[in-house]
Amino acid sequence: MTTATIKAPPGVSPARGAGRARRRAAGWLILPAAALLLVFFVYPIATIVWQSFTDPAPGLGNYVALLHDGISVTVIVRTLVTALIVAGSTLIVAYPYAYAMTKVGPRARGVMTVLVLLPFWTSLMARNFAWYMLERRDGLIDRMLGLIGLDGVVLLGTVAGVTVAMVQVMLPFMVLPLYSAMKQIDPRLLDAATSLGAPRRRAFAKVYLPLSVPGMLSGFSLVFIMTLGFYITPALLGSPQQSLVPQVIGQKVSALLDFGGAGALGAVLLMITLLVLFVVSRFTRPFTALSGTVGNE
Amino acid sequence: MSPSPSDGSHGIRISRVSKVYPGTARPAVDDVSLDIAPGEFMTLLGPSGSGKTTMLSMLAGFVGVSAGSIEIDGRDVSRLKPHRRNLGVVFQQYALFPHMSVAKNVAFPLQQRRMPKADIETKVAEALKLVHLEPYADRLPTQLSGGQQQRVALARAVVYQPRALLMDEPLGALDRRLRDQLQREIARMHRELGMTFIFVTHDQHEALTLSDRIAVFNEGRIEQVGTPADLYERPETLFVAQFLGESTCFRGTVDRQAGVLRCERFSVRVPEAPETGSGVVIVRPERLELCADETEVPESHNRVAATVTDVVYVGTHHQVGLRFADGTTGMAMRLVGPPLPAAPGDDVTVAWDPAHQAVVADPAGAAVSVPEVRSATPVLP
Ligand SMILES: Nc1ncnc2c1ncn2[C@@H]1O[C@H](COP(=O)(O)OP(=O)(O)OP(=O)(O)O)[C@@H](O)[C@H]1O
Ligand SMILES: [Mg+2]
Repeated sequence: MTTATIKAPPGVSPARGAGRARRRAAGWLILPAAALLLVFFVYPIATIVWQSFTDPAPGLGNYVALLHDGISVTVIVRTLVTALIVAGSTLIVAYPYAYAMTKVGPRARGVMTVLVLLPFWTSLMARNFAWYMLERRDGLIDRMLGLIGLDGVVLLGTVAGVTVAMVQVMLPFMVLPLYSAMKQIDPRLLDAATSLGAPRRRAFAKVYLPLSVPGMLSGFSLVFIMTLGFYITPALLGSPQQSLVPQVIGQKVSALLDFGGAGALGAVLLMITLLVLFVVSRFTRPFTALSGTVGNE
Repeated sequence: MSPSPSDGSHGIRISRVSKVYPGTARPAVDDVSLDIAPGEFMTLLGPSGSGKTTMLSMLAGFVGVSAGSIEIDGRDVSRLKPHRRNLGVVFQQYALFPHMSVAKNVAFPLQQRRMPKADIETKVAEALKLVHLEPYADRLPTQLSGGQQQRVALARAVVYQPRALLMDEPLGALDRRLRDQLQREIARMHRELGMTFIFVTHDQHEALTLSDRIAVFNEGRIEQVGTPADLYERPETLFVAQFLGESTCFRGTVDRQAGVLRCERFSVRVPEAPETGSGVVIVRPERLELCADETEVPESHNRVAATVTDVVYVGTHHQVGLRFADGTTGMAMRLVGPPLPAAPGDDVTVAWDPAHQAVVADPAGAAVSVPEVRSATPVLP
């Protein structure tokens, strides 16, 4: 370590000097990451936003165009609704799963964690193509439903098909925050509630559910925001008539070379994301004070 | 107060209850029977892992019984869900609902009983008054100290007048001073409410000071049930004698005809020995007399020669460590005031009235298999 050789300036006690030097070293350590973010994240975003105001002509032209082109507003609304449905469905699927994870023994919990993380270790492309095979005409889903008399259910090219696949992809991002919030909840609270006269189900609704709200909020916002920017899945499984914001941006950039319009759409998406984060952080703050169930000063 | 013994139709009757957790071989509670009278303060006392919490959880209904039955006021509740048993439970870690204010916590059981709002308010106020927490009604549990949280838990558990209050080491998480204070408050609540209290602890001092009766648990079984005085003065097993209080234990062979316990180098008179075989004579420290002059000792008394190993001053009295001829170590207690008849290194005659001793069977190797028992042997300097 080079910091060990730095001499403390006169008047500074050795201990304080060393502390400051260590802090300066820590500052250097984050430099690579900061540089990376600056070059590959902040700079491009700044460029995009800048272009949305300047390309092809300076002013708010691109944003006005979004309002009047007859399609962008529809796409934005459709994207928001889809993201809400995906986040909501993911929550409904993930909640019982995460709850079960807190109940089972350590070995079963290990297996359940691996099952959740499995998607992380599989290529996104592979999974999307797997859904493609399942959802296409004469695919597994079509044939299975055919067996029970529901013919011709082709999810491919529909919003429903896209939603189902996105829920599966998003599951880990919901299960993990939920689980980490739930394992903080003292299981004896449910015993206490039942001993006080609440049937099991009401005890759950009155005590457990409210205490798991912080986990629900963080999982929901994570999935909601990620779904807003999802590109591959809707591109592959959806239809061009039902496109979402990321597809339209891609189209503007690669087919229409409309960098300003794409930038404006991207900026709108960014604003929505920031708004969601702001609202959620507003909501979670009063809750985080409560998440410690065994208060013991 | 001295409650009348239960006739079965009132109070709590535990009959031959066992609990085997799935995947374990040894039962956590093993064939336990216990009758608890209405209004009684019953303590379940025992070392860690002896099955106290399991017994309490079966009473509350959190875990099912593997065998046997639990009756409350003559009605079998073994298969009843916890919310229908109408019992109050207080946990070691308080288990207050962190998202509700103190008042809301205490109101919770009343809301479950669909009590009118106005009644709830008066009841909550009364309960908070009982535990001296009226000014804290609107605080959140996390804004209270541990002792205050436990008092909220007590208020919450008695506000709906349950048939009994079950407490699992409620003072275990508190520091010494708070523990003493809350002990007195629990005793006062018991007097004022006249409710049946079932109290779990591994602290013998707590058990002795609070209880009407104590059930001593060891490895899932009850060793002895009795009043604190019964257990202290007439322990029926070596475990009980060693778990509750200090004692000097002479091991040997009981000769019933001769009426003596033969130890290695001396004998001790046992007028009422229960049976022949290996046995232990147990004497509490305050029953041992130390005399330099043997002629002062009444004829009927037991007397054994010993060497004083050490003397420890503990404020109200001296603890005198003793070593007997066969290597047995023991302890006598002398009130501070009268001069001590002996100093460390002196040879003395130790005497006691056989009426104040207890004779119990010597379970082979019992002394080693008893965990967490404070040894009767004073620490040698
Ligand atoms: N859920 C469980 N599953 C399996 N075994 C258990 C379970 N709970 C307790 N046991 C076992 O049952 C025995 C009795 O446990 P219990 O908690 O009743 O003891 P305790 O007297 O309350 O001890 P402590 O003073 O440490 O609280 C122990 O050997 C314990 O390991
Ligand atoms: Mg316990």
